[in-house]
Amino acid sequence: MTFAAKGEPAMIEPSKTERRPYEQSFYPPVPTPFTKRMRTNLLWQFFRFVVLNIKMLRMVRKH
Amino acid sequence: MARLLILGGGIAGQTAALHAKKRLGGSHEVAVVTPNSLWNWIPSNIWVGVGLMKPEQVTFPLAPVYRKTGISHYQAKAISLHPEGSAGQPKPFVTIEHTSPEKKGRQEIVTYDYLINSTGPKLNFDATPGLGPLHHSQSVCTYDHAAHAATALDEAVARMQRGEKQTLVIGTGHGTCTCQGAAFEYLFNVEFELRRRKVRDKANLVWISNEQELGDFGIGGMHIKRGGYITHSRIFTESLYTERGVKWITRAHVKEVGPNTILYETLDGEEKTVSFDFAMLLPPFAGVGLKAFDKQGADITATMFAKSGFMLVDGNYEPKPYDQWLPSDWPSTYQSPIYKNIFAVGIAFAPPHAISKPMTSPKGTPIFPAPPRTGMPSGVMARQVAFNITDMMQGRSEVPTRQASLARMGAACIASAGNSFWNGTAVAMTMYPIVPDFQTYPETGRALRYTTGEIGLAGHWIKHLLHFGFIYKARANPFWRVVPE
Repeated sequence: MTFAAKGEPAMIEPSKTERRPYEQSFYPPVPTPFTKRMRTNLLWQFFRFVVLNIKMLRMVRKH
Repeated sequence: MARLLILGGGIAGQTAALHAKKRLGGSHEVAVVTPNSLWNWIPSNIWVGVGLMKPEQVTFPLAPVYRKTGISHYQAKAISLHPEGSAGQPKPFVTIEHTSPEKKGRQEIVTYDYLINSTGPKLNFDATPGLGPLHHSQSVCTYDHAAHAATALDEAVARMQRGEKQTLVIGTGHGTCTCQGAAFEYLFNVEFELRRRKVRDKANLVWISNEQELGDFGIGGMHIKRGGYITHSRIFTESLYTERGVKWITRAHVKEVGPNTILYETLDGEEKTVSFDFAMLLPPFAGVGLKAFDKQGADITATMFAKSGFMLVDGNYEPKPYDQWLPSDWPSTYQSPIYKNIFAVGIAFAPPHAISKPMTSPKGTPIFPAPPRTGMPSGVMARQVAFNITDMMQGRSEVPTRQASLARMGAACIASAGNSFWNGTAVAMTMYPIVPDFQTYPETGRALRYTTGEIGLAGHWIKHLLHFGFIYKARANPFWRVVPE
């Protein structure tokens, strides 16, 4: 199965093809399609961009 | 007029040189000894390594910057350090060997009043037989290594486009490596590129590293608050590897790299192999091999440098077990305890011990990450040391007053996981302190308020901005000081 969110290159969906019981990839949590979409959602990511910059500046000011 | 001599023109050396010259102006001399004619923004080498940037985009010539700023420049490598001078030279000095085409091989001495050792590491490919671009694996430690890796990756992609399955192994090439973050970035940029080039289904991606668990990154991992839990970075890292279909081998000391096979020893003492068609394995770091001599010419290297070749500074180097490590073990002024006019910053200073817990296989092989000390911490310690030295040169202080201990310093780190303005991603992390302090923060070693991490497009935008921002700063362009370390 391929995954192709907005503009994203087609990829093999590992959660559908490669996760088998008792293999190392069976145990970790995997993101839902909604979580994945939000990672590249422009509005949400613009907001996160502002938040991340504030966090990083806070680190800079701690020196 | 006194002279501040800086060995090395990388991130730490350039930061120290620019800050020192800005503060000293024409009243004292700042001189830099660096074997390279180009400055390299190393964090972007991963993008050169996947063919998305050319070496010219991550480098610039140093000589015009030094001319513009009035910094003296020797394109040379330091050979030996003489902190007491010699019989014929009363001032302390460094012997250098020129590397420029015009003066290649010529040696001379350069005297100094204050010295900053910021030479960075020797890329110790020799520690593992078959490791490195001269043998069977690739590297992204320098821009030319990265360009070479991009060519090899193109060849692997071409084979995949012809329908061949390929195994790509990425990680660390020795049990004592550091900079797992750089290998992590390269892994996920390769994975993203394989998707972009429509050959992801032909690739078997394997991570191999000396970390005890994924997400260690040489800092023992970190805990963050997410989804109602306080969760270790191991969980998030395993999640990303699973999501992107990457298999992982941890607790591994790579013993030998053959033409298509990696032999490695695991923490439980087993020897195993993994086959590959393309491998990018980072080398361990060592000191650059600088020798030190006293006034009579006796070799005092062992008193000034650790066995690893990194310079001893004001840390507590007494060997002790993991559960007795203290934040106060870490140096704060980076001043040599023997020669008070010598400092070492960036990778060049000897850490008192690792940050990750030391592990040894039943055969006695150490398999755990060395502590990272690059990027933001490297720039911060270089700036603080430059400020301390300029204060001492200008008579404002007789001792270093500013501190930059990794145990009392925070860091922000952006790890690219795919380069695209619209659908790239990067992991954005902040942590405080860098070295866990289990006395102050008994449960996780760090302040949860300042220790965060998330993956997304915003992180990629920041990573890209940092690329341009830090190159702008290193070029000493107008208002360079507003770009923080």
